[in-house]
Amino acid sequence: SLSLVTPVWNRGTSGIRGLSKAVDPEGSQRKGRTLLQFLTDRFYDVEAVREYLLRKQVLKVQKKNRSVTYIKERYGPYVAGAYFVLKLGGSVKFRDREWMRADERGLSSLEFRKLQEVPLEAVDASGCAINYQGLDNLLALKELQSLSLRRCPHLDDWCLGRLYQLADSLQELSLAGCPRISERGLACLHHLQNLRRLDISDLPAVSNPGLTQILVEEMLPHCEVLGADWAQGLKVGPEEQSQDAPGSPIPA
Amino acid sequence: MNIQEKVPLRGPYWDGKVSEIKKKIQSIFPGGAWSPLYDTSHLPPERSDVVIVGGGVLGLSVAYWLKRLEKQRGAIRVLVVERDHTYARASTVLSVGGIRQQFSLPQNVQLSLFSAEFLRNINEYLAVVDDPPLDLQFNPSGYLLLASEEGAAIMEHNVKMQRQEGAKVCLMSPEQLQKKFPWINTEGVALASYGLENEGWFDPWCLLQGLRRKLQSMGVLFCQGEVTRFISSSSHMETGSGEQVTLKRIHEVHVKMDHSQEFQPVECAIVVNAAGAWSGQIAELAGVGNGPPGTMQGTRLPVEPRKRYVYLWHCPQGPGLEAPLVADPSGAYFRREGLGNNYLGGCSPTEEEEPDPGNLEVDYDFFQEKVWPRLARRVPAFETLKVRSAWAGYYDYNTFDQNGVVGPHPLVVNMYFATGFSGHGLQQAPAVGRAVAEMVLEGHFQTINLSPFLFSRFYFGEKAQEHCIL
Repeated sequence: SLSLVTPVWNRGTSGIRGLSKAVDPEGSQRKGRTLLQFLTDRFYDVEAVREYLLRKQVLKVQKKNRSVTYIKERYGPYVAGAYFVLKLGGSVKFRDREWMRADERGLSSLEFRKLQEVPLEAVDASGCAINYQGLDNLLALKELQSLSLRRCPHLDDWCLGRLYQLADSLQELSLAGCPRISERGLACLHHLQNLRRLDISDLPAVSNPGLTQILVEEMLPHCEVLGADWAQGLKVGPEEQSQDAPGSPIPA
Repeated sequence: MNIQEKVPLRGPYWDGKVSEIKKKIQSIFPGGAWSPLYDTSHLPPERSDVVIVGGGVLGLSVAYWLKRLEKQRGAIRVLVVERDHTYARASTVLSVGGIRQQFSLPQNVQLSLFSAEFLRNINEYLAVVDDPPLDLQFNPSGYLLLASEEGAAIMEHNVKMQRQEGAKVCLMSPEQLQKKFPWINTEGVALASYGLENEGWFDPWCLLQGLRRKLQSMGVLFCQGEVTRFISSSSHMETGSGEQVTLKRIHEVHVKMDHSQEFQPVECAIVVNAAGAWSGQIAELAGVGNGPPGTMQGTRLPVEPRKRYVYLWHCPQGPGLEAPLVADPSGAYFRREGLGNNYLGGCSPTEEEEPDPGNLEVDYDFFQEKVWPRLARRVPAFETLKVRSAWAGYYDYNTFDQNGVVGPHPLVVNMYFATGFSGHGLQQAPAVGRAVAEMVLEGHFQTINLSPFLFSRFYFGEKAQEHCIL
């Protein structure tokens, strides 16, 4: 199957932070980063500047996830949730309408006024920088049926602990490719008893994908869980090994 | 006048002296043993603004917040003195690592809520340039506290208070409980409270290492040694009503090095007692409790070490991935550990069954007689289990009311306490550290009001009793 983990995670948070120590694509980048480390160890000014830049990156993500309370009060929770997702770069689908995505011109307020009472049914926030605070806007959508959070770089186990509020309506959830989600966060999905489709493939932080899939399937008996093949990670058995030997071509 | 006539240069006294002087002069010359500059890199500094006794999670948290809330960068010099750098007997690393908001005092709920927020954003609080982010291994599975008939009303009252403070806790009836967790036997359970968000368990060692790393980058000094003595001065003052009080001020802390008699007197302005299970001994060294009983001077710090066992067992048919940390009304508790159907758990013994805290040996009979029957009654699948291993750790048990002691001592004016949390210190450490730092820097609590946790309550007899102790 195709790998869903794009380098968004590395691109978005590497650079001066040096998070991707284990992944080092180019030699010249490595040289540059070591020089920076050398300077940081020896000069307080360099260290202070780097700490400031790190802090600024974090504040940027927090700013994106601010609650849109003024829109919520004026137009209602559905429009507020849709505005939030569209601003982050995702797409939404209201009931009986088509999928909407923000275009280059931005979001026009005219369409929103018409959709105040229409419940939001599906949200696709794939690749968006949504975090724990930003989930506030999504959890108010009480008729949400499908939620797609693929490859979200800031979504972690704490955020999954909040999804129980959508238990009544949520039927489809996709968490594929999120780098920070582990089997511990998946454990709190048991509240979502109406869930029918769950996608937990390609989670790099899950230590044992096959076993996790079995345990999640036991936890959610009515749900179809797409994830790693349960045989993944199992060792080759003895009968398969002996089949290889006579099967190999012997030159005449 | 010749000096040699007055003082004889021969004789028993002078002979000894001359040979001593000769030896000293020989050692000063190159090649000799004496050197005016000797290596003191293993000793703590001679002067420090704040000395924190105890390098566990509470001590490190106080150090972190002191450095974070200081007005100018580098204004406060902090020294953390820890007796054992392997943390072999420290309560932090032997802890089960749970965090919950289900307490009976509003202050405890607020402390846990802030600590949950700290742990959630730990990579913003404890970020160090060029170091990988921390993974606390947090399981957001929540706590499930069960109550029998007698405790049901109190539990309902507590949950109402917790929800007012902002904790996300819900009440469940036995039928709802049976439906949600079919592996529970709801016999004897009248009510259950289930924490939905910000509750679970995490890896305390990771938090400790993260704090240490961040503190080293912030310039906090660490020292491995034992505090053996406090040098203090007293001043006699009169209160408004004419009573005589003796106020003490600690000037020096003597830190003795490991496996040697060498010690370093550290001059300090403030001492923070975060020594955990041994805080009582440190307080005695400072003179807390030296006085006639029934007076403020004679009030000891009622914190003593209590041994608690944690057992790890394997049960193939046990509760699944959704299992929270379940606490039985009888006091037994358990939680899942990892993916392989392993479980951790234990039980707090009653006063009569308290084990001897002299060592950390594990008593497996306690599991057979006290813990297993209670667990097997609550979860029938636990009839067939196999104990894999066990360990023991200390609670810094506050015998007065099982809640923490925070803030300055009224008579030893520059000793601050951050101890006595009786089993919930780890989960409240970030918030308590902030409270103590605020007390030291500002003089009063700013964010969370912990005045019910001050030392003076031991003298006045005002108990801030915590009922939900595990």
